[in-house]
Amino acid sequence: MSINQKRRLVLTGLGILPLMLAGCSKEKPLVVHGQDITGANFGRDFNLQGPNGKRYTLNDFKGKALMIFFGFTQCPDVCPTALARAVEIKGLLGEDADKLQVLFITIDPERDTPEMLEAYTNAFDPSFMGLYGTLDETQAVAKEFKIYYKKVPTGSSYTMDHSALSYVFDTDGKLRLSLSHAQSAQECAEDIRQLLA
Amino acid sequence: MKFLIKPINSALIVSAVLFSASASAAVTVEDAWVRATVPGQQATGAFMKLTSDKDGKLIEAKSNISKAVEIHEMAMQDDVMKMRQIPALDLPNGKQVELKPGGYHIMFIDLHNQVKENDEVELQLVVENNDGSKETIDIKALAKPLTKSAETAKHDEPMSMHKHGH
Repeated sequence: MSINQKRRLVLTGLGILPLMLAGCSKEKPLVVHGQDITGANFGRDFNLQGPNGKRYTLNDFKGKALMIFFGFTQCPDVCPTALARAVEIKGLLGEDADKLQVLFITIDPERDTPEMLEAYTNAFDPSFMGLYGTLDETQAVAKEFKIYYKKVPTGSSYTMDHSALSYVFDTDGKLRLSLSHAQSAQECAEDIRQLLA
Repeated sequence: MKFLIKPINSALIVSAVLFSASASAAVTVEDAWVRATVPGQQATGAFMKLTSDKDGKLIEAKSNISKAVEIHEMAMQDDVMKMRQIPALDLPNGKQVELKPGGYHIMFIDLHNQVKENDEVELQLVVENNDGSKETIDIKALAKPLTKSAETAKHDEPMSMHKHGH
């Protein structure tokens, strides 16, 4: 990371609006349905296990826009809905679909395994990738991405409360967008298309 | 045990009335489906539309596909998803109560086997009516793809959708 980038992240961390940074940033302001988080001082990187034991960091996906959702496979509702939306988004992107990589990061590493994550993401789209970390790594990545998650007992088992937003990185590996779970696939696709232009 | 068989919207609903000398309330169940799973996945959910012809509540769901079956409510608070077991789900007289993604579902915990697409999952719903009578409804829920989206009805405004060329 360059010194300029670091400085920008620090400035934003002090609450200075991205608008003020437009002068020293090459990123165009976004007009989006979601939240423009250009210049965010979080979500800088991750280092997690993907399929086949390979480790992945942000750098592995440069050149593509990256959409990340944090969830768990035991989730009957929000997580499959978010991934089904991601499938729809790719469909709406048409020819640009290949420029978007979708990642699903588990916040339940006690039950999810890299193999299950692979089967799970493959069911939606073979290009989607599930990433896994140890308990400590999961905690660290969630903190870095400001993702809230918490184990909640239910009967003899437990479920997870968790942040249900999707983050989008641009093709240079910079965090630009936060998409709410309530946004339609159409709205998300319109937002993401701006990062592909 | 008395079986009432009612064809509703081409779906066969079997209502088995238990503990009912006088109470012959019927709860109709429509569009029951279960989300299919991948190997190793230990939980999933069932969704359906319930309509009772008297005031009552769904107090229990049973199935032999998993160790535990619970009635759950999902809520979003500031983009955080929270899922909770609820003791009962109210079924007001004549009102259709929908269990759907983003709201209520029947949660299967610790599945014995993978739920595959097009499997028929047997499920018993226990409804307690306000007069104290209980009935158990046997249903079969079809397993639909894991990838089924919450609502496909969003596509009903083709005129307002524009593709932006950038």
